[in-house]
Amino acid sequence: MATAIVAMATVPERHRVTARRRLTERVVVSLLGLATVLGIVLLFLILAHVVINGLPALDLAFFTQRPKPFGEDGGGVEPAILGTLELAAASGLLAIPIGIAAAIFVVEYRSGRFAAPVRFAAELIAGLPSIVIGVFVWALLVRGWVGHYAGIAGAVALAVIMVPIVARTVEEVLKLVPHSLREAALALGAPKWKVILRVVVPTARAGIATAAILAIARSAGETAPLLLTALGNDFFSTDLLRPIDALPLRIYRYALSPYEDWHTKAWGASLVLVTVIGLLSLALRLAVRRGAR
Amino acid sequence: MIRTMETRRAAPEPPTAAPPETAVRIEDLSAWYGSAQAVGEVSLELPRGAVTAIIGPSGCGKSTLLRCINRMHETTPGARVAGQVFLDALDIYWAGVDAVEVRSMVGMVFQKPNPFPMMSVYDNVAAGPRLRGWKMDRKTMDELVERNLRRAALWDEVKDRLHRSGSALSGGQQQRLCIARALATDPSVLLMDEPASALDPIATYKIEELVRELAVDVTIVIVTHNMQQASRVSQRTAFMLAAEDGVGRLVEFGRTDDIFTNPRDSRTEAYITGRFG
Repeated sequence: MATAIVAMATVPERHRVTARRRLTERVVVSLLGLATVLGIVLLFLILAHVVINGLPALDLAFFTQRPKPFGEDGGGVEPAILGTLELAAASGLLAIPIGIAAAIFVVEYRSGRFAAPVRFAAELIAGLPSIVIGVFVWALLVRGWVGHYAGIAGAVALAVIMVPIVARTVEEVLKLVPHSLREAALALGAPKWKVILRVVVPTARAGIATAAILAIARSAGETAPLLLTALGNDFFSTDLLRPIDALPLRIYRYALSPYEDWHTKAWGASLVLVTVIGLLSLALRLAVRRGAR
Repeated sequence: MIRTMETRRAAPEPPTAAPPETAVRIEDLSAWYGSAQAVGEVSLELPRGAVTAIIGPSGCGKSTLLRCINRMHETTPGARVAGQVFLDALDIYWAGVDAVEVRSMVGMVFQKPNPFPMMSVYDNVAAGPRLRGWKMDRKTMDELVERNLRRAALWDEVKDRLHRSGSALSGGQQQRLCIARALATDPSVLLMDEPASALDPIATYKIEELVRELAVDVTIVIVTHNMQQASRVSQRTAFMLAAEDGVGRLVEFGRTDDIFTNPRDSRTEAYITGRFG
């Protein structure tokens, strides 16, 4: 590289080309820098807006009380916070094992006839708008098997969103497990399923945890599919077979209301949701860093 | 290739030596990757309790041949084998034989040290018995781990850090850990695929020492592109060469002394004197 530049500098007719290249370089780098700054400023504006508007709503009652009826001030969003955690846990329990299994199938049995269709299906689902998934689960569960709006329908809708995220992330992670480890285990006389469960998956466990957290963080902010499934609930309910509340639903409802107090609470709920997702992402970063070590 | 057919048989033993018992018999073995043939019609008889070296230039099929002895070759998608390999009396490619069973009778050490990174030194050695579902109490397992780390000449270096990660060891130690791991299930045959090519000279020397010691009770087949190594550690040497069609065939097989001092094939002579490869 250095010798090339020196060589160019000694050739006069190439001098101008080099100068133009440097100018182009500078322009492109400046544009890239500008785009980066714009992106960060935008993120900062959103976060600042949420924090400034949301902080006044945060008090003890906000975290410990139920919503008050129309027109009454006070109360909190405790059911929404608990509901979001419950939905995350239930959808995670449904989606994470399925996603991991699909990824194992695609990576470890890639020569098989079904690996390519499974990956294609995962990509298709990942590309579906979440409202479409909501409508599908609404037709299947709310109108069908369950018969009414229910938390479990919300969990299923979120799980459908999570499965392809888990599957595609875990697929990449499993591909990073060196082939030599699989060979070593096979050569020890282990059957293939044991090679996968005892060697491949444990080696990739940090990455698999990352995939799970990523999927939960992604789905925790989904609103549209929950409107059609979990519905929301002003009363405290942890029963997954009945409508339950969630932070995105609470934000949606309060933001559309005519009351000043509810608007503040919507900002507060937004702040809580952003914080929860932010903490999950932070945990994810730390897990990745530890996994890399 | 007619010449190959004439010269591939082992040199006759001197009448004073007892005929060596055969541990591995390879008959007319050919191997393919997809439609590309890598090994062509190799026949070999490997004596028990001895070290056999397979030498030859890159791409001559020596590693592929080695991987046919424990049916690892077929784990590569599209790979195929024809011919027979006998471990003692067992034809390992017979339809009723499970590849997993075959691999549990034959140990294998790879070119790059590959200890399981999420397992401790102890767990790496215990991995074989555990993966095979052997039931044993803690004390028996402790003894097994210690015995095999001693066999791999690693015990003194790791006895104080048995429960730390195996990937914290040096390259040479990692490779000896892999040897201990392969020995832990008491294989009668140990396959080594260029086990020292990623190691420095001192670590290489230790591995070679170990190979000589282990050969007392284990039949060892070692693939190497280092001819000095072959002459140092082995009693038998097989020289393979890829023909112009890319198919690796056996050129000459015999006592290591004979191959290196008095090769019968001009191509063997050319290779060991460094004229190609």
